[in-house]
Amino acid sequence: MFALNYVRAKSLKHAAELMAQNPEAKLLSGGMTLLPTLKQRLARPSHLVDIGGLNALRAIKYSSGKLTIGAAVRHYEVATSPVVREAIPALASLAHQVGDPQVRNMGTIGGSLANNDPAADYPAAALALDATIVTNRRRIKAKDYFQGMFSTALEEGEIIVRISFPAPLKAAYEKFRHPASGYAMTGSFVAITKRGVRVGVTGAAPGVFRWTKAERALKKNLLPDTLLKIKVPADGMNEDIHATREYRANLVNVMTRRAVAKL
Amino acid sequence: MAKIRLTVNGKKYSREVEDRTLLVDLIRDDLGLTGTHIGCDTTQCGCCTIHMNGRAVKACTILAAQANKADIVTIEGMAKDGKLHPVQQAFTDCHALQCGFCTPGMIMAVAGLLKDNPHPSDEEIYHGLEGNLCRCTGYINIVKAVKQAAGQSSGGH
Repeated sequence: MFALNYVRAKSLKHAAELMAQNPEAKLLSGGMTLLPTLKQRLARPSHLVDIGGLNALRAIKYSSGKLTIGAAVRHYEVATSPVVREAIPALASLAHQVGDPQVRNMGTIGGSLANNDPAADYPAAALALDATIVTNRRRIKAKDYFQGMFSTALEEGEIIVRISFPAPLKAAYEKFRHPASGYAMTGSFVAITKRGVRVGVTGAAPGVFRWTKAERALKKNLLPDTLLKIKVPADGMNEDIHATREYRANLVNVMTRRAVAKL
Repeated sequence: MAKIRLTVNGKKYSREVEDRTLLVDLIRDDLGLTGTHIGCDTTQCGCCTIHMNGRAVKACTILAAQANKADIVTIEGMAKDGKLHPVQQAFTDCHALQCGFCTPGMIMAVAGLLKDNPHPSDEEIYHGLEGNLCRCTGYINIVKAVKQAAGQSSGGH
């Protein structure tokens, strides 16, 4: 990788100051996406501001129906936390499927959400559960936060501090793993909330989306077979060497049906 | 440049490295512990797996600077007083290696898996080793070795 300056932030305030002083700096949390990017020389930040160890970003709490997870909480911690497993077991199950064990021991939920890879897992849950991304400047609703492939509402230097998930009545996540990379070729998070059924889909389109047609159908009849005849249009889906858009459109249907069956 | 202090296999080290130095390069080139391997450069193969603060991680995707104040265990630190670690012994007994290139990382990953889950099912073993690729064995004997090591784990390591 290109030469850079590594700084371990002493506090959130220190991190914000470093980001403000160095417009070419990038935040480092788990590094499981950023470091591979740098090793391939696809980016050339002047500084890496390491916030992975900040206690302010590492709490997991459940209170008044809301599960709050610090941005620097690692995937394996989300997967194994008794608090998460009690409040939103589908989210723990999702975290357990991210990457591989070594990646889960380093990678963080904040890092994943800040990056917004189109095939990442958390965005499906965040959108389906109507999560709030809390930064050091403001609170951003999931529907406003995700803005397309690798694109979020975060401003320059803005730091995700924690993510707040309203606990659903029930939820399930089903993912079609790419056989080599483990990324979601499609991942469907189905949540039964007080406001009805919500379906968040990742991996299939350029950005995470809610499959509202399926939500309406499932509201009438919450069974996998309800969706047998309900399709997503293929022309909105991603097409690449791994799958055609028709294949992904079909995966959306299949993964959502499997998630409903798992509820 | 970064000044780092870390413990590796129980021994304390103090080094000054370029900020961009990877932990795997520090371990191999500077500390001379070449049991940890570099296989793919894309964070997929797991040949570089070590333990950092008790968790199995891929050393090729961590900066040495991130490991400041960390407690590292590499494959060289698994055997104690000349006796192989139960996972190492199981790999020998079950012929769970051929060329051996993936083996150090595989052993470190297995040790991490068994620490979290002392008696894994077959599915849990497959899932627990998803971060490690082997081109020689077809994984069958590796899975046997994990089960043997798991059978012994109650005997205390």
